Amino acid sequence: MASSPTRAPAATAREAVLSLRGITKSFGAVAALTGVDLDVSAGEVVAVVGDNGAGKSTLVKILSGVHAPDGGTITFESRQVSIASPAAAHQLGIATVFQDLALCENLNVIENLFLGQELRALRLDDVAMEVRSWELLRQLSAKIPTVRIPVASLSGGQRQTVAIARSLLGDPKVIVLDEPTAALGVAQTTEVLNLVERLREQGHGVIMISHNMADVKAVADRVAVLRLGRNNGFFDAATVSAEDLIAAITGAHDNVVARRATRTAPSTSSSTGKAAQP
Amino acid sequence: MTDVHTPPAAPPTGTPASDLQDERLRRPSGPGGFLSLLLDRVRGGDLGLLPVVAGLFVIAVVLQVLNPIFLSSTNLVNLLIECVPVGVIALGIVCVLLVGEIDLSVGSVSGLASSAVAILFVNRGLPVLVAIVAAVAVGGIVGWVYAQMFNRFGVPSFVITLAGLLAFLGLQLKVLGAAGSVNLPFDSALVRFAQLAFLPAWLTYVLVAAAACALFASGYAHARKRRSAGLSSRSVSLLLARSAALLAGLGFAAWYLNRARGVGWMFVLFVALVLMLHYALSRTKWGKSVYAVGGNAEAARRAGINVRLVYTSVFMLCSSLAAIGGVLAAARLAAANQSSGAGDVNLNAIAAAVIGGTSLFGGRGTAFAALLGILVIQSISSGLTLLNLDSSYRFIVTGVVLLLAVTLDSVARRSRKSSGRA
Repeated sequence: MASSPTRAPAATAREAVLSLRGITKSFGAVAALTGVDLDVSAGEVVAVVGDNGAGKSTLVKILSGVHAPDGGTITFESRQVSIASPAAAHQLGIATVFQDLALCENLNVIENLFLGQELRALRLDDVAMEVRSWELLRQLSAKIPTVRIPVASLSGGQRQTVAIARSLLGDPKVIVLDEPTAALGVAQTTEVLNLVERLREQGHGVIMISHNMADVKAVADRVAVLRLGRNNGFFDAATVSAEDLIAAITGAHDNVVARRATRTAPSTSSSTGKAAQP
Repeated sequence: MTDVHTPPAAPPTGTPASDLQDERLRRPSGPGGFLSLLLDRVRGGDLGLLPVVAGLFVIAVVLQVLNPIFLSSTNLVNLLIECVPVGVIALGIVCVLLVGEIDLSVGSVSGLASSAVAILFVNRGLPVLVAIVAAVAVGGIVGWVYAQMFNRFGVPSFVITLAGLLAFLGLQLKVLGAAGSVNLPFDSALVRFAQLAFLPAWLTYVLVAAAACALFASGYAHARKRRSAGLSSRSVSLLLARSAALLAGLGFAAWYLNRARGVGWMFVLFVALVLMLHYALSRTKWGKSVYAVGGNAEAARRAGINVRLVYTSVFMLCSSLAAIGGVLAAARLAAANQSSGAGDVNLNAIAAAVIGGTSLFGGRGTAFAALLGILVIQSISSGLTLLNLDSSYRFIVTGVVLLLAVTLDSVARRSRKSSGRA
């Protein structure tokens, strides 16, 4: 690690709404996560970056209740909790937007937003659901012309919006976004990054899994790097350079990007970031 | 457009309702605009019930030209009653198709229920209601077993129900025993209900008027609720026109049928079942979860829907409706025999659901598909019988119509994909 300072995972003085300590998860002989720490506080966007196989998806699955961790503690709002199922995660106030969005394309926007949480089971209150749908979408300044069309006719960015709006339905404290911009074009990516910004303004804690350094730099407050299932540093997104991040992700400071950076901008110091070595 | 709260450049009629504020939204006005929206939907592959209604019209015209008895009151009265047993079975098929599965054994299950009701009622001397409930319960159990096989072992529904088709045909033969046929007494309530019970003329008109009033009242209450919530709503004149059209259409049909024997109670039962299923599919949480499972089962599971329970309920509903269809068939025939539920019952029920516009790919279709689809099939059957053509022609024509319907479904699906409505 080049970036020197060692720090606790929580970069801010604010109390973390969700903190993971020493999370461990193995699949057979493979240790997917080993002693991973992560904190997110209200109104903060924490990006989790890492190479393929770094354990990002496993972390998402633990947070969303799909997998149970083998060891470690999860503290939510100062209480130690266990997340046994997706429903339990939802009840706690941790909402997850999966990479594939999990929308039903044959249903319209309202039906997708309220899927599984419809109002009045035996005589659906479609008026109240439509009103609430518009509230949610406007809260996100979403650009969806009408909520009565099937999701199939929406663009990728609009679908992402619907998926994020759905996660807001239970008024969660923490929202986990798994690769929210991976499949999107330039304009749609901007749209989704605006959404993330808005989630922070509204005081949600956001954990954003991403591959895209530009996106991470654009919206995250802090960056947590995972490498081979372990924490490999926490950085302040405002000051860290892309080379430092890539160095932490790949685990090698000597790589093409770093060499090129030193060639083209020899004055750039590489130790602006704040990193922690576990 | 970044702020949706400010309405776009003031339209002539003040602020639009909160669901119509997007400037990209076309706001149709008057009947012309309504028609152009409808045309757009059809072009986009969102056909709904349009093809089956058009098909029904064409079939009626062609058969009437070939034989003027076809549209006579007497023939239509019979036609409607003949629809019921297979139509009820088709209702169940609509449900399984909606979750993207299939039940090939509905014919055998209906035959088993026919036999069960006849044996229990005639040979064992049980009260008729008990016999009916037992027969329908047998259907429910069959569906439960299918669902367990499907949920626990992941056997494709196609194979499970194909096995069921054979096994329950065997069970039906076993239950009927060596005689192979049981006659139901003509003076029993069940047979009289299916063969002789018709609504008095005044009652048909009362029901028609009640239907029109109910349509208007529910539409008006809904529109008022939407208005008070700041959403767009249908105008009162449109609601009135809709109810008046229903009143005129059903009123004429009732008058025309009343020139002969009128409307059978059995057909009323069928329509009631269709309306109940329509309500359950469109206005309850269960209905939404059925469509969700048919559209994307994994998404439904992650949304917290108990997908296995949805499959179980749908398989049980389908088999139970098949059993009800079987009971009605036995009552109509006043007998249960080895050919009850055999032959074309299975395929007619599936064909009716598909012809009515239920997608074989899951997630699309309504309860009305069963009603309209079975009307098409029964019209072909009745018309060709009137022309003294034997069943060979009936099979061929029904086959062609089924192929047409499935082709239409596939083409519509493709154009939905290309216009982003898949």
